[in-house]
Amino acid sequence: MIAGASNVRSGRLRLLRGPGARSATARRGDRAARRRLGVAMLLLAPALLGLGLFYGYPLVASVFWSFTRYDQLASPAWVGLLNYRYLFTQDPQIGAAVVNTLWFVVVLVPVRIVCALIVAGLLARARTAPGLWRTIFYLPALMPPVASVVAFVFLFNPGTGPVNQVLSWFGVQGPLWFNDPAWSKPSLVILGVWVMGDLMIILLAALLEVPRELYEAASLDGAGAWHQVRHVTLPTISPVIAFSVVTGVIAALQYFTEAAVASGVASGKATVGSGTATLLGYPGTSLLTYTELLYEHGFASFQFGYASAMAVVLFAITATVLGLTIRRIRVFRAEEVR
Amino acid sequence: MSLAVRSGLVPTAPRGRRRPPARALAWVAEHVVLVALAVLTIAPVVFVVLTSLMSSRQALTRSLVPQTWEWANYARVFATLPLAQWFGNSALYAVLATAFMLVSSVPAAYALARIRFRGSHVIFTAIVVAMLLPPQVTAVPVYVMWSQLHLTGTLWPLILPNLLGDAFSIFLLRQFFLTIPEEYADAARMDGCSELGVLMRVIVPMARPGIASAAIFLFFHSWNDYYGPLLYASENPGAWPVAYGLATFRGVHGTDWSMTMAMTVVITAPVVVIFFFAQKAFVEGIALTGVKG
Repeated sequence: MIAGASNVRSGRLRLLRGPGARSATARRGDRAARRRLGVAMLLLAPALLGLGLFYGYPLVASVFWSFTRYDQLASPAWVGLLNYRYLFTQDPQIGAAVVNTLWFVVVLVPVRIVCALIVAGLLARARTAPGLWRTIFYLPALMPPVASVVAFVFLFNPGTGPVNQVLSWFGVQGPLWFNDPAWSKPSLVILGVWVMGDLMIILLAALLEVPRELYEAASLDGAGAWHQVRHVTLPTISPVIAFSVVTGVIAALQYFTEAAVASGVASGKATVGSGTATLLGYPGTSLLTYTELLYEHGFASFQFGYASAMAVVLFAITATVLGLTIRRIRVFRAEEVR
Repeated sequence: MSLAVRSGLVPTAPRGRRRPPARALAWVAEHVVLVALAVLTIAPVVFVVLTSLMSSRQALTRSLVPQTWEWANYARVFATLPLAQWFGNSALYAVLATAFMLVSSVPAAYALARIRFRGSHVIFTAIVVAMLLPPQVTAVPVYVMWSQLHLTGTLWPLILPNLLGDAFSIFLLRQFFLTIPEEYADAARMDGCSELGVLMRVIVPMARPGIASAAIFLFFHSWNDYYGPLLYASENPGAWPVAYGLATFRGVHGTDWSMTMAMTVVITAPVVVIFFFAQKAFVEGIALTGVKG
């Protein structure tokens, strides 16, 4: 019996020596597998401790606390499903938070992927100075998110911002952007497209890996440019698009920094950190996201029990998304190694 | 050139099938679109820099180009805000987090990439889930933990966990280690090298670009972090990193766009400088998260 799940090396030895030598080799393989397990555990010890301390324990604690009333002054007191009942039926802000978050999932994610795909496609064809083009389109993604949000609120500010001025040259009266509840989310989508560099690089790498022969074959069959994109490019890079969709959806579910900073800066008043969370969501509740509401309950009013219930619901949604998709995404699969 | 050739997206039909004028026209059309998009991409940066050089009063007008070039704005942000202190906090956060991550995550990633042992699949899947889980899911108990240790109000709750491995870094490093042919490690083992010896003497030197890329990612992540400092250090301005300071300073000081834009440039500058020195490793790292393995 070989203890290691797939011990290629001792397997090969066994073949060389034939069936007679089997048990001795197997015993040696057994010992080697145990030694490898020991070394691996040693190398992984800090990471395993981290997984337990920062993921395992908090997940269990959150589930438990979600059934309690718990704040910084008093220890957790069991309240049954009260937090969940309030969350699903009574919280006056939850409707806006859920709608806004879903809006980002449904609009921001596909818009970013389509735009990144178009630019990546152009870059894959660019024959002159490809490195320069790549750098130009990647550059905005380097800006710290706080900096790019602050910059965008200035650029799009309705009074003196350059964007509305440039629009006025063309006779277009620009909207109020970050100060108008109807335009605040689209403004953040424009920002999201501007900083799409990472996504673009991933898609470009995928496009460059599409075997050239596939295009040659399609072209010999008389396929035009659109047909080649539709029947060669997209099917070949679909695993990478799936990766982009899944990571994009998970990022949108936890959308926080851009919305919080945009609200704080556009309102021109104190931001969330300075003791007041009342400006979360400005203008109106148009930018209030689920994780902002969680932050407000958990860390501005210290309702740990209720915040835990919100965290458990967020975990359930994320886990569902992951559970449905994680096996389909190659880079997330462990077996690819072996 | 090499990009275009490898891409296979350049017209591959035999010469003569498509007439040259059509191809030239396509080339021109593509480059017109590229240039237009590039202008749209660069314009925001240009306006930010121009505004950072205007006088405070001019920045409140509709003009787009500075009348007088106020380079002193940059000195002014350092003089009127505790910017040096915030920079120090950011540097401490980013450097220590990165160093701690390397110590804990390089060995873990090596074990997952190159040692065969029972349970490695389960651990790898746990790392992937940890990497994808929104931080808000675990925030409450983790926050309570740090507050019981009396470390809220500092950046230590964001720095210390890196000693116990960073999930994304482990994932990325493992991807890099997988690209190193196993024969090198096997040869070293034949020569009597221990696993630790293989890691330090064979893998680490060969994976230097990968390790650089993971280090840069975590450095940028820490430098840019807003949610972490908001959670742990918002009550204590003395502990703020620059990114958090920028978001909050705007609110506190009202509208002074030229100062705000100067500060925006100042906190972005270190990131851009590092990027240009390590561009290749960095871009490879991004591509690797999504594609290969």
